Amino acid sequence: MNAFVAVVARDLRLALRAPGDSATVVLFFVLTVILFPFGVGPEPQILARIASGIAWVTALLACLLSLDRLFQLESEDGSLEQIALSPAPLELLALGKCLAHWLTTGLPLIAASPLIALFLHLPAEGYPALLAALAIGTPTLSLIGGIGAALTLGARRGGVLLPLLVLPLYIPVLIFGVAAVEAELAGLSARPHLLMLGGLAALALPLAPWAIAAALRQSLE
Amino acid sequence: MHRFANPARFLRMAAAVLPWSAALTVGCLGAGLWFALFDSPADYQQGETVRIMYVHVPAAWMALFVYTNLAIASAVALVWKHPLADLAARAMAPIGAAFTALSLITGSLWGQPMWGTWWVWDARLTSVLILFFLYLGHIALANAFDDPTRGNRAAAILALVGAVNVPIIKFSVDWWNTLHQPASIVRIGGPTIDSSMLTPLLLMAFGFTFYFVSVLILRIRAEILARKLRTLRFAQGEATA
Repeated sequence: MNAFVAVVARDLRLALRAPGDSATVVLFFVLTVILFPFGVGPEPQILARIASGIAWVTALLACLLSLDRLFQLESEDGSLEQIALSPAPLELLALGKCLAHWLTTGLPLIAASPLIALFLHLPAEGYPALLAALAIGTPTLSLIGGIGAALTLGARRGGVLLPLLVLPLYIPVLIFGVAAVEAELAGLSARPHLLMLGGLAALALPLAPWAIAAALRQSLE
Repeated sequence: MHRFANPARFLRMAAAVLPWSAALTVGCLGAGLWFALFDSPADYQQGETVRIMYVHVPAAWMALFVYTNLAIASAVALVWKHPLADLAARAMAPIGAAFTALSLITGSLWGQPMWGTWWVWDARLTSVLILFFLYLGHIALANAFDDPTRGNRAAAILALVGAVNVPIIKFSVDWWNTLHQPASIVRIGGPTIDSSMLTPLLLMAFGFTFYFVSVLILRIRAEILARKLRTLRFAQGEATA
C-alpha cells in the first residue's frame, strides 16, 4: 500500500511541478469545444441538442492526448524498471499510475465541464447528470487508456497507434455517458445509465491493472 | 499441446491437412452457392434479396469464430509461450478482419432494400464495427515493433482485452431491442428457419470454416518460412561481419 501511495504521490508531485501539462489538456478540451459553435452554427437549440455528445467526445480526445506520456518518461529514464522491481505487485502500481492520470486529467476535465456546458447552452437540468456521468466515466477512460499506453510502449508511431487501440474500447463509456445526460434532458432518470457506467468502471477496475501490468512486463523483457 | 509446438511437425501435418481442407472448401462453397442462388426458395417477404443471407450470416459467424480463436491462441501464447500460437494469432487477424468487413458490407447491401438504409446505429451493427476496429488495431499493433516477438506479445494482450466484445456482439440483439433481428438458428428451442434455407446456409458456413482453415495453414506456413529466412539472414550477416 505504501508503494501505491508513493507512486500516486510521485506522479502528483511531478504534475504539480509542471502544471502546464494538465493545463494544456484542459485548454485543448475547451478550445476544441469552442470550434463547434463555429462549425455547426451558433443557434442555441442546435448546440443544446448536441452539447452532451460534444462534451463527451472532446473529453475522450483530451484524455487520449495525455495518455502517451503515461509510461513514456518512466520507460525512457529507466524508472519503470525500478517500479517493476519493487516487491509490491505491479498491478497495484499500475492502478496507482491510472489514479494519478485521472487526478491530473480526468478531474480537471470534470472541473472544466460546466464551462463547456455553458458555452454549448446545455439546459440547467443536464448539469448534474453531465458531472455525475463524467465523474463515474472518466476513471474508466484512464484505466482503459492505461492498457493502450502500456501496449504501445516502444512501438513505432506509438502516438498514432494509441487512439486506434483505445478509441473502440471507449465507445461503451461514450454511449452511456451521453445517454445519462440525454435521459435527464428528456425528463427521465439518468440513474440506469449511471449504473451502467458504474458497471463498466467495476469491470475495468480489476481487469485493466492486470492487463497493464502484463503489457509493462513484456515491454521490459 | 506442446507436441504441436514443433514447427517441422506442424508443417508435416499442415501438408497432410491442406489438400483435404482445400477440397472441402471448394466442395462446400460450390454446393452451398448452387443451393443458395438457384435451388432454394425466395423469401415470402424479402423476395430474392434473402439470398444475401447465405453470405452475410456465415461471414458474421466467422467474424466471431475467428476472434474467439484469436483470443484462445493469444491466451495460449501468453501462458505457455507456445511458439506456434503466436504465429497463428498473427496469421488469423487479417482473415478475421476480412470476414468482418464482408459481413458489414453484405449487411449494408441487405439493409438498403430491407430497412431502407445502408447503415443504422443499431447495437449489433455498432458492436461488429467495434470488432472490425479491434482486428485492425490488433494487426497494427502486431506490426508496430521492430522485434516481432514483442509485437506478438502486445497484440496478444490486446486480443484478450478485446474479447470482452464477443459476448456483447452475440447477445446485443437480445439485450437491446433494435433493428437487427434476433438469432434464428442457434437458439433455445431449435432453429426457426426452414430446412430448404438451412441446408445452403450450413453448407456455406462449413465452406467458410474450411476456407479459414486452409488460408490459416497457408499463412502460418508463410510465417514460419519468413522466420526461418530471417534467422538465416542474421546468421549470414554475422558470418560475413
